Amino acid sequence: MIDSSDPDFWPDLFATVWKATGETLYQVGWTLLLTAILGVIVGTLLVVTDKGGMLERPLGSRALGRTINVVLQLIVNLGRSIPFIILMIALIPFTRLILGTAFGVTAAIVPLTVAAVPFFARIVEMSLREVAPGLLEAGSSLGATRWQLVSKVLLPEALPGLILGFTTTAVSVVNFSAIVGTIGGGGLGDVAMRYGYQRYSTEYIVVVIIVLVAIVACIQALGGWMSNRMRRGGTPSARSAAEVPPA
Amino acid sequence: MITLEQVSKTFAARSGPVRALDQVSLEVQQGEIYGVIGRSGAGKSTLIRTVNMLERPDSGTVTVDGVDLTGLGAAELRRARQGIGMIFQQFNLLESRTVRGNVELALEIAGVDRAARRARSGEILELVGLTDRAHARVFELSGGQKQRVGIARALAADPKVLLSDEATSALDPETTASILGLLRELNRELGLTILLITHEMDVVKTLCDSAALMRDGRIVEHGRLDDIVLRTDSVMSRDLFPLGELPEPRGTAIIEITFVGLASEEPVISRLARTHELDVSLLGAAIETIHGRQTGRTRLELSGSAAQIDAAVADLQGQGLTVNRVREAA
Repeated sequence: MIDSSDPDFWPDLFATVWKATGETLYQVGWTLLLTAILGVIVGTLLVVTDKGGMLERPLGSRALGRTINVVLQLIVNLGRSIPFIILMIALIPFTRLILGTAFGVTAAIVPLTVAAVPFFARIVEMSLREVAPGLLEAGSSLGATRWQLVSKVLLPEALPGLILGFTTTAVSVVNFSAIVGTIGGGGLGDVAMRYGYQRYSTEYIVVVIIVLVAIVACIQALGGWMSNRMRRGGTPSARSAAEVPPA
Repeated sequence: MITLEQVSKTFAARSGPVRALDQVSLEVQQGEIYGVIGRSGAGKSTLIRTVNMLERPDSGTVTVDGVDLTGLGAAELRRARQGIGMIFQQFNLLESRTVRGNVELALEIAGVDRAARRARSGEILELVGLTDRAHARVFELSGGQKQRVGIARALAADPKVLLSDEATSALDPETTASILGLLRELNRELGLTILLITHEMDVVKTLCDSAALMRDGRIVEHGRLDDIVLRTDSVMSRDLFPLGELPEPRGTAIIEITFVGLASEEPVISRLARTHELDVSLLGAAIETIHGRQTGRTRLELSGSAAQIDAAVADLQGQGLTVNRVREAA
């Protein structure tokens, strides 16, 4: 138990939480950057290599398209079904292999990204499937290449939905980032664990919660604002999708 | 300009294979507006989609502007498609772009540089009458404006052919008329060849030079509209001039007279009665404006001797009228 009447208590608390917040933001930021890139790639591949998709037969081979699709589906399903805390432990050897260490603020980016990519890829897949097929036909009728169809039609048209989905993903990543903190991943989770759990400091827990709530609220507000701005007068159903509670 | 030869296409459905196109051949002349009419499920949508290979036929050839599209590789086909614009019933505009952005999409795909895109999109938006809406978002537009954007996008890369897939079916009658007027104008001013499909006879009669009727994946009749209107045995012509069922036989003769460019049939009837001393009764009449001309068909019942009727028919034909003897006097 720490003595909260100690004159150094509050300065120490704020210094600790400030540093931990920086770590969490760093961790979450890098994870989201990697997730955005990989999730869009995987989600797009899931859609275009599916039956009737524009990349149904990459290099003229239906078998190749089918294989890519099945393998990616499997990976995404697997990644989504393993509880994060188990995935995180299972990935320790892999993290060590690519970063040389399995613990610490940076190392935690690996399991976080591995968990977030399938989550976001599935959302990307759903958003892209909602793009009316007629729009792709219109693009084809203008003589667009497959790359042009993806980059000029499919992704831009799905963008408002992608941003909302990314917002949900980001909130989950903040959540997961707190979990990695408990096994040496640093950040706010680590503070909550060390001060709140092991030393029973209610003040630390409360401040950590306030900071986390503030981060999540900022992410949600920013995502909702960007999506609405893009959609401008979009459909009510699309707006209510922004209200999906964090995982 | 567009030639389809023996084009067939079969789809696999749950209930078994569906032959959407059955040995369809079609010829659209340069500068012509050609309408394919039919009910839904007749195969007309598949037909128009084979013309730019959105639907690849199982057999047969599709030639546009002298190029056989069925034999092209992917890159060549993309280039060929830039010469074939297409507009859609649901407009298919990108919500993520402005009006101008949608038009420029066609130019980006065609590899036109930024400055030229600006210039061309301005030009084409003026042509469809949307200059003041260039910066509007798609959802701010009315249906008619959306289709104008669709037309502008389809024509931005300066194609020689425009395909119209039920382009006015989602629009109200007034807006339909203004879009059809625009298509006619573009056809005249740009020499644009237009192939359209529709289920509305109104579209065919106000716009088309030639027409074909599709049923069960086949073209059951086709021809120049001017010729079709004169044929009483034509299904399309019967749809144009619905005169109802024939009455029970009662010993009288029945003829149908088709008028082109005459305002009234009155003198004809009185002439039959006065000059040929026939009893004439009117069984039905329909008048349509086709290509801006009053065109009509009258069904008359004539009582008199066979010789009188022969003379009367010869007289009418001598005046340049098209007369069909539907039933002879008993």
